[in-house]
Amino acid sequence: MEISYYPGCTLKTSAKNYEKTGLALLPIFDISPVEIKDWVCCGATYSLTSDNLMYQLAPIRTLIRAKESGNPRLLTLCDMCYNTLKRAALFIENDEEKREKIKNFMDEEETDYRGDEVEVVHLLTLLNEIGSQKISEKLVKSPLDLKIATYYGCMLLRPKEIQADSAENPQLMENIFQGMGVEVVEYPFRTECCGSYQIVNRREIILDRTKKIISSAVKNNADLMVLSCPLCDYNLEATQKELIEQDSNFKPLPVLYFSQLLALILGIDPEINDWSLHNIDPTPVLKRKGLL
Amino acid sequence: MNNKLTLENIQQFDLDEFQEISGENIFACYQCGNCSAGCPAADFMDLAPHEVIRLLQLGQIDEVVKTNTVWICAACVTCRVRCPKGVDLSKIMEAVRQIVLRKKNNYVDLNKIESELREKLPQIALVGNFRKFTL
Repeated sequence: MEISYYPGCTLKTSAKNYEKTGLALLPIFDISPVEIKDWVCCGATYSLTSDNLMYQLAPIRTLIRAKESGNPRLLTLCDMCYNTLKRAALFIENDEEKREKIKNFMDEEETDYRGDEVEVVHLLTLLNEIGSQKISEKLVKSPLDLKIATYYGCMLLRPKEIQADSAENPQLMENIFQGMGVEVVEYPFRTECCGSYQIVNRREIILDRTKKIISSAVKNNADLMVLSCPLCDYNLEATQKELIEQDSNFKPLPVLYFSQLLALILGIDPEINDWSLHNIDPTPVLKRKGLL
Repeated sequence: MNNKLTLENIQQFDLDEFQEISGENIFACYQCGNCSAGCPAADFMDLAPHEVIRLLQLGQIDEVVKTNTVWICAACVTCRVRCPKGVDLSKIMEAVRQIVLRKKNNYVDLNKIESELREKLPQIALVGNFRKFTL
């Protein structure tokens, strides 16, 4: 089965480990991702103003490309792309007047688009549709007493009308990993914001958030953290080096994309990962747990 | 906050314009404070989120603009999910930012971001930041 695929800009650069391992999972379940042609950046953050329609154009153009591809189910891996595309689609589906305005502005587009023809789906949702039973049947390497902390952040869960799972108690990653003999630890920050784009000009906010989130996961005995958003990954992973320098009591925690861990468990060649992209080396713990 | 409330300074801004930008009814808020209680960035804000709405209800947008609150909000939308009245505070924060930005007052300057940091940051951080903090 083929599915349209929208990578977004970050998966082609700093989140290469996510794209490579995420896409490598799909053929195991007879799914072939087909990258859509001529996609553009989604804009990363959904515009929250009602009177400026310019920001809606980029995600809508990408949705039109997906409709034209003939496979109207559009797979995303990046949580920010998921949020932006899904909200833009909903926006023009529900507001006929603004939909017409946008259509008139994009008069070079030959394909009509109403907002409901393309279904944006996140990789975690797709894997949950396959189901933990089928996924666990493909298990190749059982982890040895591995405890993980899942981190969801915001973009996959909020607002309610586009959420991929419960905003307060999501289970998308738990469903997948608990079937693999992995223990998912409880800690209170799974769905709390990492600070997002404030990393550009208010780094201290991200350092504060990372310290709270990572320390809580460590305190609850996590061996590593898994997540699905490239910006959460940068904020929670790269800034740990500064926290180590600032505070000798801070205990770092390796952070991986959930797909990296799942790919190892399903026996995909570990060489697919570029471990040098990690600031906190996850290979010692992965070796200890029998995954490398 | 010691600003004196008088008949003259209530409604000092164009409420219709504000509602047009935000798409939200600020008067739906009854000040329960749930938004502030759950806001993960409240520690860094001069004004708590529910205080922003209260000042706007009283027409005191200038007082809101004097504080850092709308520039700390990262639109994580936790407040909206938990609001018993369904007020989308993230859109209200965005509307205040837009009113400032549309007067040609960008909040961040690309040239002031160290090039070393700029190269390391994922694109979604930069694109997202400039979407929110520049026009």
